[in-house]
Amino acid sequence: MNFSEVFKLSSLLCKFSPDGKYLASCVQYRLVVRDANTLQILQLYTCLDQIQHLEWSADSLFILCALYKRGLVQVWSLEQPEWHCKIDEGSAGLVASSWSPDGRHILNTTEFHLRITVWSLCTKSVSYIKYPKACQQGITFTRDGRYLALAERRDCRDYVSIFVCSDWQLLRHFDTDTQDLAGIEWAPNGCVLAVWDSCLEYKVLLYSLDGRLLSAFCAYEWSLGIKSVAWSPSSQFLAIGSYDGKVRILNHVTWKMITEFEHPATVNNPKIVVYKEAEKSPPLGHLAFPPPRAATGPLTSSESKYEIASMPVSLQTLKPATDRANPRIGVGALAFSPDNYFLATRNDSVPNAVWIWDIRKLRLLAVLEQLCTVRAFQWGPQQPRLAICTGGSKVYLWSPAGCVSVQVPGEGDFQVLSLCWHPSGDSLALLSKDHFCLCFLEMEKGVRMAFGQRGDCT
Amino acid sequence: MGDWMTVTDPESKTLPQYTSETKMSPSSLYSQQVLCSSIPLSKNVHSYFSAFCTEENIEQSISYLDQELTTFGFPSLYEESKGKETKRELNIVAVLNCMNELLVLQRKNLLAQENVETQNLKLGSDMDHLQNCYAKLKVQKLQNIIASRATQYNHDMKRKEREYNKLKERLHQLVMNKKDKKIAMEVLNYVGRADGKRGSWRTGKTEARNEDEMYKILLNDYEYRQKQILMENAELKKVLQQMKKEMISLLSPQKQKPRERADDSTGTVISDVEEDAGELSRESIWDLSCETVREQLTNSIRKQWRILKSHVEKLDNQVSKVHLEGFNDEDVISRQDHEQETEKLELEIQQCKEMIKTQQQLLQQQLATACDDDTTSLLRDCYLLEEKERLKEEWSLFKEQKKNFEKERRSFTEAAIRLGLERKAFEEERASWLKQQFLNMTTFDHQNSENVKLFSAFSGSSDRDTPTLHSRSRQKKPHGVPSGSPVCTSKLTKSLPASPSTSDFCQTRSCASEHSSSINVLNITPEETKPNQVGRECTNQKWSMSSRPGSQEGCYSGCSLAYTSSHVEKDDLP
Repeated sequence: MNFSEVFKLSSLLCKFSPDGKYLASCVQYRLVVRDANTLQILQLYTCLDQIQHLEWSADSLFILCALYKRGLVQVWSLEQPEWHCKIDEGSAGLVASSWSPDGRHILNTTEFHLRITVWSLCTKSVSYIKYPKACQQGITFTRDGRYLALAERRDCRDYVSIFVCSDWQLLRHFDTDTQDLAGIEWAPNGCVLAVWDSCLEYKVLLYSLDGRLLSAFCAYEWSLGIKSVAWSPSSQFLAIGSYDGKVRILNHVTWKMITEFEHPATVNNPKIVVYKEAEKSPPLGHLAFPPPRAATGPLTSSESKYEIASMPVSLQTLKPATDRANPRIGVGALAFSPDNYFLATRNDSVPNAVWIWDIRKLRLLAVLEQLCTVRAFQWGPQQPRLAICTGGSKVYLWSPAGCVSVQVPGEGDFQVLSLCWHPSGDSLALLSKDHFCLCFLEMEKGVRMAFGQRGDCT
Repeated sequence: MGDWMTVTDPESKTLPQYTSETKMSPSSLYSQQVLCSSIPLSKNVHSYFSAFCTEENIEQSISYLDQELTTFGFPSLYEESKGKETKRELNIVAVLNCMNELLVLQRKNLLAQENVETQNLKLGSDMDHLQNCYAKLKVQKLQNIIASRATQYNHDMKRKEREYNKLKERLHQLVMNKKDKKIAMEVLNYVGRADGKRGSWRTGKTEARNEDEMYKILLNDYEYRQKQILMENAELKKVLQQMKKEMISLLSPQKQKPRERADDSTGTVISDVEEDAGELSRESIWDLSCETVREQLTNSIRKQWRILKSHVEKLDNQVSKVHLEGFNDEDVISRQDHEQETEKLELEIQQCKEMIKTQQQLLQQQLATACDDDTTSLLRDCYLLEEKERLKEEWSLFKEQKKNFEKERRSFTEAAIRLGLERKAFEEERASWLKQQFLNMTTFDHQNSENVKLFSAFSGSSDRDTPTLHSRSRQKKPHGVPSGSPVCTSKLTKSLPASPSTSDFCQTRSCASEHSSSINVLNITPEETKPNQVGRECTNQKWSMSSRPGSQEGCYSGCSLAYTSSHVEKDDLP
């Protein structure tokens, strides 16, 4: 495993192009495009103000930079550096901007969610969509880019509109039986739309592409409901994480629950492997007394490694403050591996742990307990490899073979706040508050990493 | 008289206890009382009695009782005193009346107590019930409260949302209708569409086309899913079919047996099975329609399953029976045989005895007829003659055996001679063959070299053995055991009497080093990490790893860790 140099970054804006050739990152008002392999700067664009949002078009030809404070969107072309485009939303303001899947239209949401403006880069035409709902996840495109589902709110009722992306024509419009719709998401096959209610009510509704209600699911009443939702890449399962600390998995044939994953604070099953991150205390021999005033070497933070904990293991739990809004309980994050075999979850009341479930056997496979709160985790796009960061100077990788903790080299602390995978899964961008670096784990090296490195054979 | 007090005394103590401690089970207390009132009368009376009243203090105790009873309102135990000087007499009638009254009172008390206890129990259960009801009511009430709050909240939210919507509308009009010149897009030039086509106008046609497309997508999805389900069904059917076949093949040998048993109804079922087995041959049916086939299949499988189940149960029963009776059965049979046999034997013995008896009788008769010494000597000679004859017989037998042996010996020697002859012939043949070969050769040198080669093929075998030994020892060397190599070398020296050549030794050494290097491959050596050409060299890269104990890949690292410790010394060797 190798690390690149550390580059400057602001607002955690760093993204690989969908084709994997380029890497775009923002430094204040500057947009830097690098070659993803050599990391040489290919293009440098200057925006009018600090960039707050960055997005590649699906064909990797254009980059969108949103300057929300100014109500501006600037678009840059990679092929024609001199080409430019600036969209001004004026006094209506701007709170969100995104590409349409064809990479030729931009959807801008105005302040107060007054409307969504669809700007075209091909023609002068501008479309408006009124009454978008301000919610957690109100816009979703099918994976093939044909359809857009949009959550709307009119006359105190929730609606979903389905548009055809090719000409922005309304295909279906139906009201949903929700109190306060919180999110919508297409199944990866683009035929089923999952709609869920706000946390006050546990309710998931499943609609067909033609607007028919396929099924509704409610696990319990009265207490706080859904916190997170994820489709499996095969569209076969819908995982629902809720405030009761459970993940429920629905199947795509009957839309009924197959299983329930609890997140107990104590693990007492010898089949489950609990990886516990343990701090290695620095060897005492190196300590000098009195300690040298000026540290000569780079500031080395304490090393850590994983240990396999012996059963039973009790995980560190937070006592949730139930008298406050947004209590730190429930399953707040879940993600399926790209091969559908694994599901990673985080229970917010056990903030240091990542749970990995075997979907083939529908049981808990492993638990990783970190020393710090898990900030983010993401599956590698090609292999079932999970990258985890905790805001410390290490990045953690899990694979079915085992897991490693890797110290990010460099002077000072490189606090990994976020990470994103290269589309090939060979490298990983690690983002800190104002720097980023790349972590390379090509296949052979990955294998070597897992199997032990080749020593000198002399 | 004193008896009564002993009974009432504990009762008066326990009663307040009972009333105060309601938690104690009343029944036990009651039984305790009953015990107190019944048993002490007969047994413990004396101890109680002695405590209260003794021979000496009868007078005092009577007066005490009198006092106590009068204070409770009973008539005095003494007769009406005529004079103060005269000693008062005990009135037996009054005493008896008092006792009777006390007994009646006691009975009443017991009854009342029982009533109170049952009432208490009733009240307790009522209380529990009410508490449950109360809890339920409370939950209901809370739920109602939550629901009402939720509706109120929703109502308020709606009101606010309406207001908010009005404001939004207003804002929308203000912001959008101002002809805001700022809202605009500046673009250098419009770019082509990603698909290279030109945009089309929106018409009714496009709408229809969109619908079509949507349904096409949905249809495709459903078709895909149907295919998957069909495939799954086919697989399941296959499994079922196979199961059926196997079941049939399993059950068919049993066909005759169950038919023999009259109590079974399996015979009819098995005929069904045979029918189904006939149907199985037409496998194409399975792919045609679902309903009928499914029914048939499930029915037949169910039937067979039932048969199998009953069969297995029977087997189980048999096994258990055998376990229970197995030894007994065998015993019975053997005993019968045994008895028969013994009877037979006894019969024989008796017959033999009779025979002996008759013989003895005959002998005695003979002896009686000739009781002279001559006859005795004659008899003795007779015995000797008998013995002689027996010896002669044995002698002849022995001679015969000897003859036989000699015959065999002769045949062996003959065979040996024959073999020798054959050998000779073979040798001659060989010699002739060699001669022929010699004659066929052109030059003498050539022949010589051939000879040498031939010889080496025979005599060199011992030399050739050594390398095979080498290779074998190399192969045999266990993979994870470094100490194996010195052992191997020592073995080599033993097997080769001559001192091993240096090359041999080198071979083994290299072998060992090879081994260690292969292990090195597995070592984790963080220093080896080569920096990426693009990236900066990472100096203090630290990482650790652990792995699942169960998984294959994980094992490598686990092993490697183990190896490092054992092979560190190995690397230092020359």
